[in-house]
Amino acid sequence: MDILLQQIINGLVQGAIYAMVALGYTMVYGIMGLINFAHGEVVMIGTLVAITVITLLVGAGVPPAMAGACGVVAAAAVCMIIGWSLERVAYRPLRNAQRLAPLITAIGCSIVLQNVAMMVWGRNYMTFPPLIAKTQFEIAGASFTSVQVLILLVASVSMGGLLFLVYRTKLGMAMRATAQNPAVAGLMGVNANRVISSAFVVGSALGAVAGVMVGTYYEIAHYQMGFMLGLKAFTAAVLGGIGNLAGAMAGGLLLGLIEALGAGYIGDLTGGFLGSHYQDIFAFAVLIVVLMFRPSGLFGEKTGDRA
Amino acid sequence: MSKWLNLRSGLGLALVAAVLIALPFVAGMGGQAWVRILNFAILYAFLALGLNIVVGFAGLLDLGYIAFYAVGAYTWALLASPHFGIHLPFWAILPIGAVLACVAGATLGAPTLKLRGDYLAIVTLGFGEIVRIFMNNLNAPINITNGAQGITMIDPVVVGQFKFSATSTIFGMTVTGPQKYYFLLVLLALFVILVNFRLQHSRIGRAWQAIREDEIAAKAIGINTRNVKLLAFAMGASFGGIAGGIFAAMQGFVSPESFSLIESIMILAMVVLGGMGHIPGVILGAVLLTVLPEALRYAVVPAQKALFGEVLADPESLRMLIFGLALILVMRFRPAGLWPSPERRRELAEKAR
Repeated sequence: MDILLQQIINGLVQGAIYAMVALGYTMVYGIMGLINFAHGEVVMIGTLVAITVITLLVGAGVPPAMAGACGVVAAAAVCMIIGWSLERVAYRPLRNAQRLAPLITAIGCSIVLQNVAMMVWGRNYMTFPPLIAKTQFEIAGASFTSVQVLILLVASVSMGGLLFLVYRTKLGMAMRATAQNPAVAGLMGVNANRVISSAFVVGSALGAVAGVMVGTYYEIAHYQMGFMLGLKAFTAAVLGGIGNLAGAMAGGLLLGLIEALGAGYIGDLTGGFLGSHYQDIFAFAVLIVVLMFRPSGLFGEKTGDRA
Repeated sequence: MSKWLNLRSGLGLALVAAVLIALPFVAGMGGQAWVRILNFAILYAFLALGLNIVVGFAGLLDLGYIAFYAVGAYTWALLASPHFGIHLPFWAILPIGAVLACVAGATLGAPTLKLRGDYLAIVTLGFGEIVRIFMNNLNAPINITNGAQGITMIDPVVVGQFKFSATSTIFGMTVTGPQKYYFLLVLLALFVILVNFRLQHSRIGRAWQAIREDEIAAKAIGINTRNVKLLAFAMGASFGGIAGGIFAAMQGFVSPESFSLIESIMILAMVVLGGMGHIPGVILGAVLLTVLPEALRYAVVPAQKALFGEVLADPESLRMLIFGLALILVMRFRPAGLWPSPERRRELAEKAR
């Protein structure tokens, strides 16, 4: 029982990170109908920027919590600029091109970002400086750390903020209108270009926060970390129904839970035949099964037969 | 057929044939490494044409294509290496590999029939990853794939006493292993090009095109969309399987590392960058995307020395950086691909109007 609880806690934390990254995918997809394949790399850059800033500040004698806050702000700022430029460089010129063209430019951007990161930060693993003292708590035999609590807290606050932005502000209303029908939204005076840019910027900022979370959680970062993280988060977004904010959050949490429980129990389930290194298979297998029965994800609207 | 027989196209064909025959010997003068690069260009053209059936003709976005290549490669590796001690001849393995890949293609196709566009993309991507993870981990409790170490000492293609891996003298000319594989690959590529051309304007090809343009309309005019889509997956997959087999034989070594997602993405990039659904364009895309990174490998260090007098940036990442930029720029200025089909260009022109 305590193992189950333990895996649920770990799964929730991992899932919160997936959800934060998945929101970036789903916002762009909801408004433009495009997969932003370079989003994982944006998250990676966020982590690496945060490491540099925090290490510098801590070295200068700033208290770690303060340095951490500055790191998050710096990472978010850099990622927002990158997200904005991505849209300008890779997506806007191709808005009326064939559907796969932006996919290729996104892959190009992803390769460029990864290699720029490698030139700047090198190819070695970097350690993420600790931000808060790691205290252990224990509930019903399952233990969790203050870092995990912090991650869940920050994730809930950021997601709450995003929901507020989308459902309670003018910009959010413009976003929802553009997502429904860009042409009509344009007639109502919505500046579609601005809305799309802001979707990229907001998604990238969330990605930067997620990047710092990954860094504090695993205490390690690398220029290639964005790829798998992005892939998992994208899987989460599709699982929940891409284009749907609540779906991305639920999908992220669900994916985290599935992975944690899968890794914990797969050995017992198959009599030791399959080990925990099959963890990744779980995520994709669940995705395939879910999409077989609900072709547009768990919470996705039925888009009818639009291609 | 008569239009194939007139003088001009006859001369053109003869010229192409002469270039194709001379190419490996010209490349061989710059070292066998260039012949190998050439071989990979053809192998990737083969793969890209296989994927073109799925993506270009039928319009099904497949991001897990490399899985079928992996199935073919591992089929060859397991049936012609000391790993299990089985050494079947190539004419037995290639069809087995093609059939297994075909089955894998249908297995992937069946549950994804209802999915559209990007949902299909992520499922195929997941499928590719699942295949790779299995290959990476199927060394325990029973050692089937030898895990991450991969399988070594795989038999080359052997016809009778004629070994494709060794250097030999034919009609007084020294022909190296890679050069022999080159001719084998050219033959296979001609075969896949022929199949592609014949398919494109066949009944099935038109059915694929109808599904690509509008699935509902295709259904309404009586196309069995389920079977036709499955057929696209299965055919594309079997070409991947054949290419995988040749890859295993040519390299003599397979490991799961060769079948990562980035490979699938690269093959898709070849198809899209060249000109989706247009056979010459796809070939151009494959050759360019294979040769460009290799050519850059030789160019970045001397270029940096010439410009700055020293090596400033890490050559490996600089070369990939330029490659990424090239992808962006090509798509930016030629969104329909480098060499799109005439119909496609017309459609785009109409849309722009």
